[in-house]
Amino acid sequence: MTPAQVRGAGHGAGGTAQAVPPAARSSRRRARRRKDQWAAWAFLLPVTAYLLLFYAYPLYSNIDLSLKNYTVQSFVQGGAPFTGFANYLADFRDPTFVPALEHTLVFTGVSLVFQFAAGMALAVFFARHFRLSGVLRALFLVPWLLPLIVSASTWSWMLDSEAGVINYAAHFIGVGPVNWLTSPHWALASVTIANIWIGIPFNLVILYSGLQAIPGGIHEAAAIDGAGRWQTFWRVTFPLLRPVSAIALLLGLIYTLKVFDIIWIMTRGGPVDASTTFATWSYQLGFGNLLPAFGPAAAVGNLLIVMALAAGLFYLRVQRRSETQ
Amino acid sequence: MTRHKTWWHTALGVVLTAVMLFPVYWMINVSFTRTQDMRKTPPNLFPVHGTLAGYVLVLHQQLPYLATSLAVGLGTVALTLVVAAPAGYSLAKLRPRGGGMLRFALVIAQMIPAIIMAMGFYVIFLRVHLLSTLPGLILADSTIAVPFAVLIFMAFMTGIPEELMQASKIDGAGVLRTFWSIVIPLSRNAIVTVSLFAFLWAWSDFIFATTLDASGSHQPITLGIYHYIGNNNQQWNAIMATAVLASIPAAILLVVAQRHVAAGVTAGAIKD
Repeated sequence: MTPAQVRGAGHGAGGTAQAVPPAARSSRRRARRRKDQWAAWAFLLPVTAYLLLFYAYPLYSNIDLSLKNYTVQSFVQGGAPFTGFANYLADFRDPTFVPALEHTLVFTGVSLVFQFAAGMALAVFFARHFRLSGVLRALFLVPWLLPLIVSASTWSWMLDSEAGVINYAAHFIGVGPVNWLTSPHWALASVTIANIWIGIPFNLVILYSGLQAIPGGIHEAAAIDGAGRWQTFWRVTFPLLRPVSAIALLLGLIYTLKVFDIIWIMTRGGPVDASTTFATWSYQLGFGNLLPAFGPAAAVGNLLIVMALAAGLFYLRVQRRSETQ
Repeated sequence: MTRHKTWWHTALGVVLTAVMLFPVYWMINVSFTRTQDMRKTPPNLFPVHGTLAGYVLVLHQQLPYLATSLAVGLGTVALTLVVAAPAGYSLAKLRPRGGGMLRFALVIAQMIPAIIMAMGFYVIFLRVHLLSTLPGLILADSTIAVPFAVLIFMAFMTGIPEELMQASKIDGAGVLRTFWSIVIPLSRNAIVTVSLFAFLWAWSDFIFATTLDASGSHQPITLGIYHYIGNNNQQWNAIMATAVLASIPAAILLVVAQRHVAAGVTAGAIKD
Protein backbone atom coordinates (compact mmCIF):
# COMPACT_ATOMS: atom_id res chain seq x y z
CA MET A 1 0.00 0.00 0.00
CA THR A 2 1.32 3.44 -0.83
CA PRO A 3 1.45 6.15 1.83
CA ALA A 4 -1.23 8.05 -0.04
CA GLN A 5 -3.56 5.10 0.38
CA VAL A 6 -2.62 4.71 4.04
CA ARG A 7 -3.36 8.36 4.65
CA GLY A 8 -6.68 8.15 2.85
CA ALA A 9 -7.78 5.12 4.88
CA GLY A 10 -6.73 6.69 8.17
CA HIS A 11 -8.67 9.84 7.41
CA GLY A 12 -11.82 7.90 6.59
CA ALA A 13 -11.69 5.73 9.72
CA GLY A 14 -10.91 8.56 12.10
CA GLY A 15 -13.41 11.27 11.18
CA THR A 16 -16.52 11.10 9.07
CA ALA A 17 -16.32 7.40 8.23
CA GLN A 18 -19.69 6.41 9.73
CA ALA A 19 -21.67 9.06 7.86
CA VAL A 20 -20.21 8.39 4.41
CA PRO A 21 -21.30 5.36 2.37
CA PRO A 22 -18.46 3.14 1.07
CA ALA A 23 -18.94 4.11 -2.58
CA ALA A 24 -18.57 7.82 -1.88
CA ARG A 25 -15.59 7.11 0.33
CA SER A 26 -13.75 5.28 -2.41
CA SER A 27 -14.58 7.97 -4.96
CA ARG A 28 -13.22 10.61 -2.59
CA ARG A 29 -10.11 8.53 -2.15
CA ARG A 30 -9.78 8.34 -5.92
CA ALA A 31 -10.15 12.12 -6.17
CA ARG A 32 -7.45 12.57 -3.53
CA ARG A 33 -5.18 10.23 -5.44
CA ARG A 34 -5.85 12.12 -8.66
CA LYS A 35 -4.97 15.38 -6.90
CA ASP A 36 -1.71 13.82 -5.66
CA GLN A 37 -0.91 12.80 -9.21
CA TRP A 38 -1.50 16.34 -10.46
CA ALA A 39 0.89 17.68 -7.82
CA ALA A 40 3.49 15.03 -8.64
CA TRP A 41 3.41 15.88 -12.34
CA ALA A 42 3.42 19.61 -11.69
CA PHE A 43 6.84 19.13 -10.12
CA LEU A 44 7.93 17.07 -13.09
CA LEU A 45 6.71 19.60 -15.63
CA PRO A 46 9.97 21.60 -15.90
CA VAL A 47 12.13 18.54 -16.45
CA THR A 48 9.68 17.02 -18.91
CA ALA A 49 9.53 20.21 -20.96
CA TYR A 50 13.30 20.43 -20.70
CA LEU A 51 13.83 16.89 -21.98
CA LEU A 52 11.46 17.46 -24.89
CA LEU A 53 12.94 20.82 -25.88
CA PHE A 54 16.61 20.24 -25.24
CA TYR A 55 16.99 16.51 -25.82
CA ALA A 56 14.22 15.21 -28.05
CA TYR A 57 14.15 18.23 -30.33
CA PRO A 58 17.92 18.33 -31.07
CA LEU A 59 17.86 14.57 -31.64
CA TYR A 60 14.89 14.94 -33.96
CA SER A 61 16.60 17.73 -35.92
CA ASN A 62 19.67 15.50 -36.16
CA ILE A 63 17.62 12.72 -37.73
CA ASP A 64 15.99 15.29 -40.03
CA LEU A 65 19.45 16.50 -41.08
CA SER A 66 20.60 12.99 -41.87
CA LEU A 67 17.61 12.22 -44.13
CA LYS A 68 17.72 15.36 -46.28
CA ASN A 69 20.16 16.91 -48.67
CA TYR A 70 21.13 20.14 -46.96
CA THR A 71 23.20 22.86 -48.54
CA VAL A 72 24.35 25.96 -46.68
CA GLN A 73 21.44 27.85 -48.24
CA SER A 74 18.71 25.35 -47.43
CA PHE A 75 20.27 24.97 -43.99
CA VAL A 76 19.41 28.58 -43.22
CA GLN A 77 16.22 28.96 -45.25
CA GLY A 78 14.77 25.46 -45.08
CA GLY A 79 13.31 23.47 -47.95
CA ALA A 80 15.98 20.80 -48.30
CA PRO A 81 14.81 17.83 -50.38
CA PHE A 82 14.20 14.47 -48.69
CA THR A 83 16.82 11.97 -49.85
CA GLY A 84 16.17 8.96 -47.64
CA PHE A 85 19.28 7.08 -46.69
CA ALA A 86 21.52 8.74 -49.27
CA ASN A 87 23.65 10.40 -46.58
CA TYR A 88 24.14 7.08 -44.81
CA LEU A 89 25.13 5.39 -48.08
CA ALA A 90 27.56 8.21 -48.82
CA ASP A 91 29.14 7.63 -45.40
CA PHE A 92 29.48 3.88 -46.00
CA ARG A 93 31.20 4.52 -49.34
CA ASP A 94 33.46 7.22 -47.89
CA PRO A 95 37.13 6.07 -47.69
CA THR A 96 37.16 7.35 -44.10
CA PHE A 97 34.39 4.98 -42.99
CA VAL A 98 36.43 1.81 -42.50
CA PRO A 99 39.39 3.49 -40.75
CA ALA A 100 37.02 5.49 -38.53
CA LEU A 101 35.13 2.33 -37.54
CA GLU A 102 38.37 0.45 -36.86
CA HIS A 103 39.82 3.32 -34.82
CA THR A 104 36.60 3.69 -32.83
CA LEU A 105 36.71 -0.01 -31.94
CA VAL A 106 40.47 -0.11 -31.19
CA PHE A 107 40.43 3.15 -29.24
CA THR A 108 37.44 2.02 -27.18
CA GLY A 109 38.61 -1.56 -26.65
CA VAL A 110 42.21 -0.79 -25.70
CA SER A 111 41.17 2.11 -23.46
CA LEU A 112 38.66 -0.08 -21.63
CA VAL A 113 41.04 -2.99 -21.05
CA PHE A 114 43.83 -0.84 -19.62
CA GLN A 115 41.59 1.51 -17.64
CA PHE A 116 39.79 -1.40 -16.07
CA ALA A 117 42.91 -3.41 -15.27
CA ALA A 118 44.69 -0.42 -13.74
CA GLY A 119 41.56 0.65 -11.88
CA MET A 120 41.09 -2.84 -10.47
CA ALA A 121 44.72 -3.17 -9.35
CA LEU A 122 44.58 0.25 -7.69
CA ALA A 123 41.22 -0.45 -6.04
CA VAL A 124 42.54 -3.66 -4.49
CA PHE A 125 45.67 -1.82 -3.43
CA PHE A 126 43.82 1.10 -1.82
CA ALA A 127 41.39 -1.25 -0.08
CA ARG A 128 44.25 -2.17 2.27
CA HIS A 129 43.70 1.07 4.22
CA PHE A 130 47.27 2.09 4.89
CA ARG A 131 48.35 5.45 6.22
CA LEU A 132 47.54 8.28 3.74
CA SER A 133 45.46 5.90 1.59
CA GLY A 134 42.42 8.21 1.74
CA VAL A 135 44.37 11.29 0.66
CA LEU A 136 46.21 9.47 -2.13
CA ARG A 137 42.98 7.95 -3.41
CA ALA A 138 41.43 11.42 -3.53
CA LEU A 139 44.45 12.72 -5.47
CA PHE A 140 43.93 9.96 -8.01
CA LEU A 141 40.67 11.70 -8.96
CA VAL A 142 42.51 14.73 -10.34
CA PRO A 143 42.87 13.53 -13.96
CA TRP A 144 39.16 12.82 -14.05
CA LEU A 145 38.17 16.27 -12.80
CA LEU A 146 40.49 18.33 -15.00
CA PRO A 147 38.93 19.98 -18.05
CA LEU A 148 39.67 17.75 -21.05
CA ILE A 149 41.31 20.62 -22.92
CA VAL A 150 43.78 20.95 -20.03
CA SER A 151 44.65 17.25 -20.07
CA ALA A 152 44.79 17.09 -23.85
CA SER A 153 47.05 20.11 -24.25
CA THR A 154 49.35 18.93 -21.45
CA TRP A 155 49.69 15.53 -23.10
CA SER A 156 50.26 17.21 -26.47
CA TRP A 157 53.23 19.06 -25.08
CA MET A 158 54.57 16.04 -23.19
CA LEU A 159 54.40 14.01 -26.42
CA ASP A 160 55.99 16.71 -28.57
CA SER A 161 58.56 15.09 -30.91
CA GLU A 162 61.46 17.43 -30.17
CA ALA A 163 60.88 18.99 -26.78
CA GLY A 164 58.54 16.51 -25.15
CA VAL A 165 59.45 14.98 -21.80
CA ILE A 166 58.21 11.54 -22.95
CA ASN A 167 60.78 11.33 -25.74
CA TYR A 168 63.40 12.59 -23.30
CA ALA A 169 62.53 9.75 -20.90
CA ALA A 170 62.41 7.25 -23.79
CA HIS A 171 65.98 7.99 -24.86
CA PHE A 172 67.24 6.67 -21.51
CA ILE A 173 65.93 3.22 -22.39
CA GLY A 174 67.41 3.47 -25.87
CA VAL A 175 64.27 4.40 -27.77
CA GLY A 176 64.82 6.98 -30.47
CA PRO A 177 62.59 10.02 -30.78
CA VAL A 178 59.05 8.98 -31.67
CA ASN A 179 56.76 11.29 -33.59
CA TRP A 180 53.91 10.55 -31.24
CA LEU A 181 51.32 12.91 -32.66
CA THR A 182 52.55 13.43 -36.20
CA SER A 183 53.29 9.86 -37.28
CA PRO A 184 50.35 7.85 -38.62
CA HIS A 185 51.67 4.80 -36.73
CA TRP A 186 51.60 6.44 -33.33
CA ALA A 187 48.79 9.02 -33.38
CA LEU A 188 46.05 6.60 -32.35
CA ALA A 189 48.27 5.07 -29.64
CA SER A 190 49.04 8.54 -28.27
CA VAL A 191 45.42 9.63 -27.90
CA THR A 192 44.59 6.22 -26.42
CA ILE A 193 47.31 6.62 -23.77
CA ALA A 194 45.94 10.03 -22.79
CA ASN A 195 42.41 8.63 -22.66
CA ILE A 196 43.47 5.72 -20.45
CA TRP A 197 45.05 8.18 -18.05
CA ILE A 198 41.79 10.12 -17.84
CA GLY A 199 39.67 6.97 -17.41
CA ILE A 200 41.62 5.23 -14.62
CA PRO A 201 40.10 7.30 -11.76
CA PHE A 202 36.55 6.45 -12.81
CA ASN A 203 37.27 2.72 -12.74
CA LEU A 204 39.12 3.08 -9.45
CA VAL A 205 36.16 4.82 -7.80
CA ILE A 206 33.53 2.32 -9.01
CA LEU A 207 35.58 -0.79 -8.27
CA TYR A 208 36.72 0.55 -4.89
CA SER A 209 33.11 1.10 -3.83
CA GLY A 210 32.36 -2.44 -5.03
CA LEU A 211 35.19 -3.79 -2.89
CA GLN A 212 33.88 -1.90 0.16
CA ALA A 213 30.57 -3.73 -0.21
CA ILE A 214 32.21 -7.16 0.14
CA PRO A 215 32.07 -8.26 3.79
CA GLY A 216 35.56 -8.50 5.31
CA GLY A 217 34.79 -11.90 6.80
CA ILE A 218 34.81 -13.53 3.37
CA HIS A 219 38.47 -12.70 2.87
CA GLU A 220 39.35 -13.90 6.35
CA ALA A 221 37.55 -17.16 5.66
CA ALA A 222 39.52 -17.61 2.45
CA ALA A 223 42.76 -16.91 4.34
CA ILE A 224 41.85 -19.45 7.02
CA ASP A 225 41.17 -22.01 4.30
CA GLY A 226 44.75 -21.47 3.18
CA ALA A 227 44.15 -19.36 0.08
CA GLY A 228 47.00 -17.06 -0.90
CA ARG A 229 46.54 -13.42 -1.87
CA TRP A 230 46.52 -14.16 -5.62
CA GLN A 231 44.17 -17.09 -5.21
CA THR A 232 41.85 -15.06 -2.97
CA PHE A 233 41.63 -12.35 -5.59
CA TRP A 234 40.85 -14.63 -8.53
CA ARG A 235 38.64 -17.13 -6.68
CA VAL A 236 36.82 -14.83 -4.23
CA THR A 237 37.15 -11.10 -4.88
CA PHE A 238 36.94 -11.06 -8.66
CA PRO A 239 33.79 -13.25 -8.93
CA LEU A 240 32.09 -11.17 -6.22
CA LEU A 241 32.97 -8.01 -8.12
CA ARG A 242 31.51 -9.26 -11.37
CA PRO A 243 28.31 -7.16 -11.31
CA VAL A 244 30.26 -4.01 -10.39
CA SER A 245 32.85 -4.82 -13.05
CA ALA A 246 30.15 -5.16 -15.68
CA ILE A 247 28.77 -1.75 -14.75
CA ALA A 248 32.23 -0.15 -14.80
CA LEU A 249 33.03 -1.64 -18.20
CA LEU A 250 29.70 -0.78 -19.81
CA LEU A 251 29.64 2.79 -18.50
CA GLY A 252 33.27 3.04 -19.64
CA LEU A 253 32.20 1.80 -23.07
CA ILE A 254 29.46 4.43 -23.35
CA TYR A 255 31.82 7.21 -22.22
CA THR A 256 34.67 6.13 -24.47
CA LEU A 257 32.49 5.95 -27.59
CA LYS A 258 31.65 9.62 -26.97
CA VAL A 259 35.25 10.82 -26.64
CA PHE A 260 35.83 13.74 -28.94
CA ASP A 261 37.73 16.48 -27.12
CA ILE A 262 40.95 14.61 -26.45
CA ILE A 263 41.42 13.32 -29.98
CA TRP A 264 40.40 16.56 -31.65
CA ILE A 265 42.67 18.71 -29.50
CA MET A 266 45.68 16.39 -29.70
CA THR A 267 45.61 15.31 -33.36
CA ARG A 268 42.39 16.58 -35.02
CA GLY A 269 41.91 12.96 -36.05
CA GLY A 270 45.06 13.09 -38.10
CA PRO A 271 47.58 12.83 -39.59
CA VAL A 272 45.23 12.23 -42.54
CA ASP A 273 42.74 9.87 -40.84
CA ALA A 274 45.21 8.03 -38.63
CA SER A 275 43.39 8.74 -35.36
CA THR A 276 39.91 9.65 -36.52
CA THR A 277 36.92 8.01 -34.84
CA PHE A 278 33.19 8.32 -35.49
CA ALA A 279 32.98 11.23 -33.05
CA THR A 280 35.78 13.26 -34.64
CA TRP A 281 34.73 12.29 -38.17
CA SER A 282 31.21 13.56 -37.51
CA TYR A 283 32.60 16.86 -36.25
CA GLN A 284 35.05 17.06 -39.15
CA LEU A 285 32.23 16.66 -41.65
CA GLY A 286 29.92 19.16 -40.00
CA PHE A 287 32.25 21.81 -38.64
CA GLY A 288 35.83 21.02 -39.64
CA ASN A 289 35.69 21.99 -43.30
CA LEU A 290 35.02 25.23 -45.08
CA LEU A 291 32.02 23.66 -46.80
CA PRO A 292 30.01 21.85 -44.12
CA ALA A 293 28.42 18.51 -44.96
CA PHE A 294 25.68 18.53 -42.34
CA GLY A 295 23.74 15.59 -43.72
CA PRO A 296 26.58 13.05 -43.74
CA ALA A 297 27.81 14.46 -40.40
CA ALA A 298 24.42 13.88 -38.80
CA ALA A 299 24.30 10.38 -40.32
CA VAL A 300 27.66 9.47 -38.72
CA GLY A 301 26.38 10.91 -35.44
CA ASN A 302 23.27 8.75 -35.61
CA LEU A 303 25.39 5.63 -36.18
CA LEU A 304 27.33 6.60 -33.07
CA ILE A 305 24.06 6.99 -31.12
CA VAL A 306 22.95 3.52 -32.17
CA MET A 307 26.23 2.09 -30.84
CA ALA A 308 25.95 4.03 -27.58
CA LEU A 309 22.32 3.09 -27.04
CA ALA A 310 22.97 -0.58 -27.73
CA ALA A 311 25.64 -0.48 -25.04
CA GLY A 312 23.31 1.55 -22.84
CA LEU A 313 20.38 -0.85 -23.02
CA PHE A 314 22.72 -3.75 -22.34
CA TYR A 315 24.01 -1.82 -19.31
CA LEU A 316 20.48 -1.28 -17.96
CA ARG A 317 19.77 -4.99 -18.32
CA VAL A 318 22.94 -5.97 -16.48
CA GLN A 319 22.24 -3.42 -13.76
CA ARG A 320 18.68 -4.63 -13.25
CA ARG A 321 19.81 -8.24 -13.08
CA SER A 322 22.49 -7.42 -10.50
CA GLU A 323 19.89 -5.53 -8.44
CA THR A 324 17.46 -8.43 -8.35
CA GLN A 325 20.16 -10.86 -7.28
CA MET B 1 49.34 -6.01 10.02
CA THR B 2 52.75 -4.92 11.21
CA ARG B 3 53.81 -1.31 11.09
CA HIS B 4 56.63 -2.20 8.72
CA LYS B 5 54.17 -3.52 6.13
CA THR B 6 51.91 -0.46 6.30
CA TRP B 7 54.93 1.78 5.76
CA TRP B 8 55.75 -0.14 2.61
CA HIS B 9 52.21 0.32 1.33
CA THR B 10 52.29 4.05 1.94
CA ALA B 11 55.58 4.37 0.07
CA LEU B 12 54.23 2.46 -2.92
CA GLY B 13 51.03 4.51 -2.81
CA VAL B 14 53.00 7.76 -2.88
CA VAL B 15 55.06 6.55 -5.85
CA LEU B 16 51.97 5.47 -7.79
CA THR B 17 50.23 8.76 -7.09
CA ALA B 18 53.33 10.66 -8.19
CA VAL B 19 53.43 8.77 -11.48
CA MET B 20 49.72 9.34 -12.03
CA LEU B 21 49.96 13.04 -11.30
CA PHE B 22 53.15 13.61 -13.28
CA PRO B 23 51.29 15.28 -16.18
CA VAL B 24 49.73 17.70 -13.71
CA TYR B 25 53.15 18.47 -12.27
CA TRP B 26 54.53 18.90 -15.76
CA MET B 27 51.79 21.36 -16.65
CA ILE B 28 52.71 23.47 -13.61
CA ASN B 29 56.44 23.14 -14.33
CA VAL B 30 56.07 24.26 -17.93
CA SER B 31 53.84 27.16 -16.92
CA PHE B 32 56.85 28.60 -15.01
CA THR B 33 59.45 27.85 -17.67
CA ARG B 34 61.10 30.66 -19.64
CA THR B 35 60.36 30.71 -23.37
CA GLN B 36 64.05 30.29 -24.25
CA ASP B 37 64.27 27.13 -22.07
CA MET B 38 61.14 25.59 -23.58
CA ARG B 39 62.81 23.51 -26.29
CA LYS B 40 66.01 22.86 -24.36
CA THR B 41 67.45 19.33 -24.09
CA PRO B 42 67.42 18.02 -21.45
CA PRO B 43 64.23 19.79 -20.31
CA ASN B 44 64.27 21.42 -16.90
CA LEU B 45 62.61 18.99 -14.54
CA PHE B 46 62.11 21.82 -12.06
CA PRO B 47 61.43 25.47 -12.85
CA VAL B 48 65.03 26.47 -12.02
CA HIS B 49 64.84 29.80 -13.82
CA GLY B 50 61.20 30.16 -12.93
CA THR B 51 59.31 33.00 -14.56
CA LEU B 52 55.86 34.43 -14.20
CA ALA B 53 55.91 35.68 -17.80
CA GLY B 54 53.33 33.08 -18.84
CA TYR B 55 50.94 34.14 -16.09
CA VAL B 56 51.42 37.83 -16.88
CA LEU B 57 50.49 37.14 -20.49
CA VAL B 58 47.44 35.17 -19.38
CA LEU B 59 46.24 37.97 -17.12
CA HIS B 60 46.55 40.36 -20.06
CA GLN B 61 44.85 38.17 -22.63
CA GLN B 62 42.65 35.56 -20.99
CA LEU B 63 40.71 37.36 -18.26
CA PRO B 64 37.63 37.93 -20.46
CA TYR B 65 37.57 34.22 -21.28
CA LEU B 66 37.75 33.31 -17.60
CA ALA B 67 34.94 35.76 -16.84
CA THR B 68 32.76 34.23 -19.56
CA SER B 69 33.39 30.74 -18.23
CA LEU B 70 32.46 31.91 -14.74
CA ALA B 71 29.19 33.41 -16.02
CA VAL B 72 28.35 30.34 -18.09
CA GLY B 73 29.15 28.05 -15.15
CA LEU B 74 26.95 29.99 -12.72
CA GLY B 75 24.10 30.20 -15.25
CA THR B 76 24.30 26.46 -15.83
CA VAL B 77 24.19 25.78 -12.09
CA ALA B 78 21.07 27.96 -11.66
CA LEU B 79 19.23 26.39 -14.58
CA THR B 80 20.19 22.88 -13.52
CA LEU B 81 18.98 23.37 -9.94
CA VAL B 82 15.66 24.93 -10.99
CA VAL B 83 14.87 22.08 -13.37
CA ALA B 84 16.28 19.18 -11.39
CA ALA B 85 15.37 19.77 -7.74
CA PRO B 86 11.54 19.68 -8.15
CA ALA B 87 11.88 16.65 -10.43
CA GLY B 88 14.00 14.82 -7.86
CA TYR B 89 11.42 15.60 -5.16
CA SER B 90 8.54 14.31 -7.25
CA LEU B 91 10.31 11.11 -8.27
CA ALA B 92 11.51 10.45 -4.72
CA LYS B 93 8.40 11.31 -2.69
CA LEU B 94 5.29 11.91 -4.78
CA ARG B 95 5.11 8.64 -6.72
CA PRO B 96 4.04 10.02 -10.11
CA ARG B 97 2.50 7.53 -12.49
CA GLY B 98 4.97 7.04 -15.33
CA GLY B 99 7.89 8.15 -13.15
CA GLY B 100 9.77 4.97 -14.01
CA MET B 101 9.68 5.86 -17.67
CA LEU B 102 11.00 9.33 -16.96
CA ARG B 103 13.87 7.84 -14.96
CA PHE B 104 14.64 5.55 -17.87
CA ALA B 105 14.65 8.54 -20.23
CA LEU B 106 17.08 10.35 -17.93
CA VAL B 107 19.49 7.41 -17.83
CA ILE B 108 19.35 7.11 -21.62
CA ALA B 109 19.80 10.87 -22.03
CA GLN B 110 23.15 10.64 -20.24
CA MET B 111 24.40 8.24 -22.88
CA ILE B 112 23.87 10.46 -25.92
CA PRO B 113 27.21 11.70 -27.26
CA ALA B 114 27.55 15.47 -26.87
CA ILE B 115 28.79 15.86 -30.44
CA ILE B 116 25.36 14.74 -31.65
CA MET B 117 23.56 17.10 -29.31
CA ALA B 118 25.86 19.85 -30.57
CA MET B 119 24.82 19.32 -34.16
CA GLY B 120 21.12 19.33 -33.26
CA PHE B 121 21.56 22.47 -31.17
CA TYR B 122 23.42 24.14 -34.01
CA VAL B 123 20.43 23.76 -36.34
CA ILE B 124 17.95 24.96 -33.73
CA PHE B 125 20.09 27.84 -32.46
CA LEU B 126 20.68 29.04 -35.99
CA ARG B 127 16.93 29.39 -36.49
CA VAL B 128 16.13 31.02 -33.17
CA HIS B 129 19.28 33.20 -33.16
CA LEU B 130 20.90 31.70 -30.09
CA LEU B 131 24.21 30.89 -31.78
CA SER B 132 27.19 32.60 -30.14
CA THR B 133 25.14 33.87 -27.21
CA LEU B 134 25.66 33.18 -23.52
CA PRO B 135 22.06 31.93 -22.92
CA GLY B 136 22.50 29.51 -25.80
CA LEU B 137 25.74 28.15 -24.40
CA ILE B 138 24.21 27.89 -20.91
CA LEU B 139 21.23 25.94 -22.28
CA ALA B 140 23.49 23.53 -24.15
CA ASP B 141 25.90 23.09 -21.24
CA SER B 142 23.07 22.36 -18.82
CA THR B 143 22.19 19.24 -20.83
CA ILE B 144 25.42 17.67 -19.54
CA ALA B 145 24.28 18.10 -15.94
CA VAL B 146 20.46 17.93 -15.76
CA PRO B 147 19.92 14.14 -16.05
CA PHE B 148 22.69 13.48 -13.52
CA ALA B 149 21.29 16.17 -11.22
CA VAL B 150 17.75 14.74 -11.21
CA LEU B 151 19.08 11.28 -10.37
CA ILE B 152 21.26 12.68 -7.55
CA PHE B 153 18.39 14.70 -6.08
CA MET B 154 16.14 11.67 -6.31
CA ALA B 155 18.65 9.48 -4.49
CA PHE B 156 19.21 12.06 -1.73
CA MET B 157 15.53 12.91 -1.27
CA THR B 158 14.51 9.26 -1.10
CA GLY B 159 16.59 9.17 2.08
CA ILE B 160 14.51 11.88 3.78
CA PRO B 161 12.39 10.04 6.37
CA GLU B 162 8.71 9.62 5.56
CA GLU B 163 7.85 10.77 9.13
CA LEU B 164 9.10 14.27 8.33
CA MET B 165 6.85 14.44 5.27
CA GLN B 166 3.86 13.18 7.30
CA ALA B 167 4.54 15.66 10.09
CA SER B 168 4.67 18.49 7.59
CA LYS B 169 1.38 17.35 6.10
CA ILE B 170 -0.30 17.11 9.51
CA ASP B 171 0.87 20.67 10.22
CA GLY B 172 -1.19 21.67 7.17
CA ALA B 173 1.60 22.19 4.65
CA GLY B 174 0.87 21.39 1.01
CA VAL B 175 3.33 19.68 -1.31
CA LEU B 176 4.83 22.98 -2.43
CA ARG B 177 5.30 24.22 1.12
CA THR B 178 6.78 20.85 2.17
CA PHE B 179 9.17 20.99 -0.77
CA TRP B 180 10.33 24.51 0.01
CA SER B 181 10.52 24.39 3.81
CA ILE B 182 11.42 20.77 4.54
CA VAL B 183 12.91 19.04 1.51
CA ILE B 184 15.09 21.82 0.11
CA PRO B 185 16.79 22.72 3.43
CA LEU B 186 17.46 19.03 4.10
CA SER B 187 18.92 18.56 0.62
CA ARG B 188 21.74 21.04 1.11
CA ASN B 189 24.37 18.39 0.44
CA ALA B 190 22.70 17.31 -2.79
CA ILE B 191 22.45 20.95 -3.87
CA VAL B 192 26.14 21.51 -3.19
CA THR B 193 27.13 18.32 -5.02
CA VAL B 194 24.95 19.06 -8.05
CA SER B 195 26.09 22.69 -8.19
CA LEU B 196 29.76 21.78 -8.07
CA PHE B 197 29.49 19.18 -10.80
CA ALA B 198 27.26 21.31 -13.02
CA PHE B 199 29.71 24.18 -12.67
CA LEU B 200 32.72 21.98 -13.37
CA TRP B 201 31.17 20.42 -16.46
CA ALA B 202 30.06 23.76 -17.90
CA TRP B 203 33.48 25.22 -17.10
CA SER B 204 35.23 22.30 -18.82
CA ASP B 205 32.95 22.09 -21.85
CA PHE B 206 34.74 22.29 -25.17
CA ILE B 207 32.35 20.61 -27.64
CA PHE B 208 29.41 22.99 -27.21
CA ALA B 209 31.72 25.99 -27.05
CA THR B 210 33.52 25.15 -30.27
CA THR B 211 30.35 24.30 -32.19
CA LEU B 212 27.88 26.85 -30.83
CA ASP B 213 30.07 29.76 -29.73
CA ALA B 214 33.02 29.64 -32.16
CA SER B 215 32.28 33.09 -33.58
CA GLY B 216 30.91 34.65 -30.41
CA SER B 217 32.22 37.81 -28.82
CA HIS B 218 32.15 36.13 -25.40
CA GLN B 219 34.04 32.86 -25.44
CA PRO B 220 34.85 30.51 -22.55
CA ILE B 221 38.34 29.63 -21.32
CA THR B 222 38.36 26.27 -23.11
CA LEU B 223 38.25 28.14 -26.42
CA GLY B 224 40.85 30.57 -25.06
CA ILE B 225 43.27 27.67 -24.58
CA TYR B 226 42.29 26.18 -27.93
CA HIS B 227 43.05 29.42 -29.79
CA TYR B 228 46.33 29.68 -27.89
CA ILE B 229 47.41 26.24 -29.06
CA GLY B 230 46.43 27.05 -32.62
CA ASN B 231 47.96 30.51 -32.86
CA ASN B 232 51.27 30.61 -31.04
CA ASN B 233 52.56 27.17 -30.35
CA GLN B 234 55.83 28.60 -29.09
CA GLN B 235 54.46 30.11 -25.90
CA TRP B 236 53.75 26.94 -24.04
CA ASN B 237 54.34 28.65 -20.70
CA ALA B 238 51.33 30.86 -21.39
CA ILE B 239 49.25 27.90 -22.62
CA MET B 240 50.09 25.87 -19.53
CA ALA B 241 49.55 28.87 -17.25
CA THR B 242 46.04 29.18 -18.68
CA ALA B 243 45.59 25.45 -18.17
CA VAL B 244 46.64 25.80 -14.52
CA LEU B 245 44.10 28.59 -13.98
CA ALA B 246 41.43 26.58 -15.78
CA SER B 247 42.09 23.69 -13.38
CA ILE B 248 41.33 25.71 -10.24
CA PRO B 249 37.60 24.78 -10.10
CA ALA B 250 38.55 21.10 -10.30
CA ALA B 251 40.92 21.55 -7.37
CA ILE B 252 38.23 23.32 -5.35
CA LEU B 253 35.72 20.60 -6.16
CA LEU B 254 38.13 17.92 -5.02
CA VAL B 255 38.68 19.62 -1.66
CA VAL B 256 35.08 20.68 -0.98
CA ALA B 257 32.93 17.93 -2.49
CA GLN B 258 34.87 15.08 -0.93
CA ARG B 259 33.20 16.12 2.32
CA HIS B 260 29.77 16.87 0.88
CA VAL B 261 29.34 13.74 -1.16
CA ALA B 262 30.18 11.65 1.86
CA ALA B 263 27.89 13.50 4.26
CA GLY B 264 24.59 11.81 4.94
CA VAL B 265 21.36 13.41 3.75
CA THR B 266 19.50 13.68 6.96
CA ALA B 267 22.48 13.93 9.30
CA GLY B 268 21.41 16.40 11.96
CA ALA B 269 17.75 16.45 10.91
CA ILE B 270 16.48 13.76 13.29
CA LYS B 271 19.11 13.46 15.95
CA ASP B 272 16.86 12.43 18.81
